[in-house]
Amino acid sequence: MAKITLAKGLNAGLRAAMEKDPKVVIMGEDVGKLGGVFRITDGLQKDFGEDRVIDTPLAESGILGTAVGLAMRGYRPVCEIQFDGFVYPAYDQIVSQVAKIHFRSQGKVKMPMVIRIPFGGGIGAVEHHSESPEAQFAHTPGLKVVACSNPVDGYWMIQQAIACDDPVVFLEPKRQYHADKAELDESATPDPLFASRVVREGSDLTLLAYGPMVKTCMQSAEAAAGEGKSIEVIDLRTLSPLDMDPVFASVRKTGRAVVAHEAHVNLGMGSEIAARIAEECFFSLEAPVLRVGGFDTPYPPSRIEEEFLPDLDRVLDAVDRSLAF
Amino acid sequence: MTQTLDREPAADVRHRLDLLREMVRIRLFEERCVELYSAAKIRGFLHVAIGEEAVAVGVNAVLDEGDAVVSTYREHGHAIARGMSMDSVMAEMYGKATGCSRGRGGSMHLFDVGRRFYGGNAIVAGGLPLAIGLALADKMRMRPTVTVCFFGDGAFAEGEFHECVNLAALWRLPVLFACENNLYAMGTAIARAQAETDLALRAASYGIAAWPVDGMDVVAVEEAADRAVDRIRAGGGPCFLELRTYRFRAHSMYDPERYRDKAEVARWRERDPIDLLTHQLTAEGGLSAEARDAMAAEVTAEVDRAVAAAEAAPLEPAEDLERFVYTETEA
Ligand SMILES: Cc1ncc(C[n+]2csc(CCOP(=O)(O)OP(=O)(O)O)c2C)c(N)n1
Ligand SMILES: [Mg+2]
Repeated sequence: MAKITLAKGLNAGLRAAMEKDPKVVIMGEDVGKLGGVFRITDGLQKDFGEDRVIDTPLAESGILGTAVGLAMRGYRPVCEIQFDGFVYPAYDQIVSQVAKIHFRSQGKVKMPMVIRIPFGGGIGAVEHHSESPEAQFAHTPGLKVVACSNPVDGYWMIQQAIACDDPVVFLEPKRQYHADKAELDESATPDPLFASRVVREGSDLTLLAYGPMVKTCMQSAEAAAGEGKSIEVIDLRTLSPLDMDPVFASVRKTGRAVVAHEAHVNLGMGSEIAARIAEECFFSLEAPVLRVGGFDTPYPPSRIEEEFLPDLDRVLDAVDRSLAF
Repeated sequence: MTQTLDREPAADVRHRLDLLREMVRIRLFEERCVELYSAAKIRGFLHVAIGEEAVAVGVNAVLDEGDAVVSTYREHGHAIARGMSMDSVMAEMYGKATGCSRGRGGSMHLFDVGRRFYGGNAIVAGGLPLAIGLALADKMRMRPTVTVCFFGDGAFAEGEFHECVNLAALWRLPVLFACENNLYAMGTAIARAQAETDLALRAASYGIAAWPVDGMDVVAVEEAADRAVDRIRAGGGPCFLELRTYRFRAHSMYDPERYRDKAEVARWRERDPIDLLTHQLTAEGGLSAEARDAMAAEVTAEVDRAVAAAEAAPLEPAEDLERFVYTETEA
């Protein structure tokens, strides 16, 4: 079994999807010859040709709109947005067209499209290159939103997203691309795409995360274990729809929950999750659901990045506050 | 037309020496930035315009103080040529509080309201619409000022560009569209991104004056910009210059440059704007080897001072990060 990075997992997943279905096409800026700035599509144009791995001009709105037309005709376009902050020129197409065509056509026209977005910080970049816009998409009916956190999920989730008949905003934690390796068993049966997963069991508190924060939360749980605290960690994986049942089950057991994400706290995913937990698990809660996230400011320069991004200390501080409540 | 070197050079020679010095300032500043980036002193992204200095210098040379500049993420040259001090730009590169954007912007977001330099911009074509508004405001206030908007050939493919040229043409706004055509948008050669690669021709189809310029010849750039700005100030409406240039280095600091061959880069390097003007001035007897060395030494000292100041400067405290998200006046 090979050990692979997230970048390699995604690349292999894209390759598998293209081999399986000739209707899968990739489009984006420099995705072909260059293989994308993060090399996620490396080698795919060479093997599948320029018609299936399409280098586009710099035109995000045009790319997304073109993908809508392709999807209408039965293709399964996979659009790469180079960096999170460059999705906004395409935002209009995504929320006004992509998200609404199925509804508008009363189900006659499907939108099987994937919008891949490298998201989040931690690579020393600045504004426009480190953002976490997930809530803006999760807020839009008609879009599904998922976030992978590790190489194995990257491999399976990208294939499942491509196979999905609804449009999927697919968030990839860019700081993880070339970081940790994991063993991939291509013969395994993957978990369903729209399912959250308990990645560490515990009994005192439930930590909820997705994308890049899963690792931080796992480390936090490990550190807390050293102090005798038993933390359960859930990788949410899907942000729209949210898969709350495993979360409710966990919170009913632990009585406490902390949600962590890089995105701004104000109206971030944590707000929705906290509300749902309060609605469903009110009588099981020992403490208010706490949120840990980026400050409500634009993304800062690299020198302040470490202070901006929720880290072990910030997560553990919330854990302590919850436990002390 | 020889001239002895100890005699006061003619005005025209003096002027070209100034242009040369400006280009050398930008070149040495950026070369130092590349070194500092490798030493992890500068972090984030760094896009240098080495090879493209004639564009920044030639266009800025014809602007007045009241004119406005809107720029791109490859804007160190535009900022320096606009008169921003190396100290404030270098401190910004370092992310220090003394930087022109308090260290918050870094390489791609230089900003100086005092010099009407309305920013580098990490979003390709993101600056163009602002330029239209600045120009519209100036027109409404009947100011004889010009707004220059720099952007790359890549931006030409974005819808925003076309919206903006149309608006400027329709309302006859005092905008100079300064298109830096360096033949590539990141790894994409222009012929793979533009259905018609004659960008001046396409801009002209909006009913504005547009023409191509040798962007490696600073004098040619200055003359073209002068003509364009005169026309704009006289109420002639927007102009578009396609400044044909070339970046000698990678797109950013990480770029395997698979998209072009070394011979092509070497050919363009033969037209290095600094070398071209240096040879011309030397051949005319307007620049001695000693004067050239002295210029380089002075500029190097200026860069050294900017680096030393940036090294010594403080960082903005993280607690201050929430400042300026909103206005600070009491409600
Ligand atoms: C809206 C948007 N899309 C994509 C990018 C990523 N990107 C940064 S620079 C660049 C190429 C721009 O080319 P060009 O406009 O020709 O300027 P040059 O780099 O050649 O100076 C791309 C694709 C971006 N910054 N903004
Ligand atoms: Mg270019």
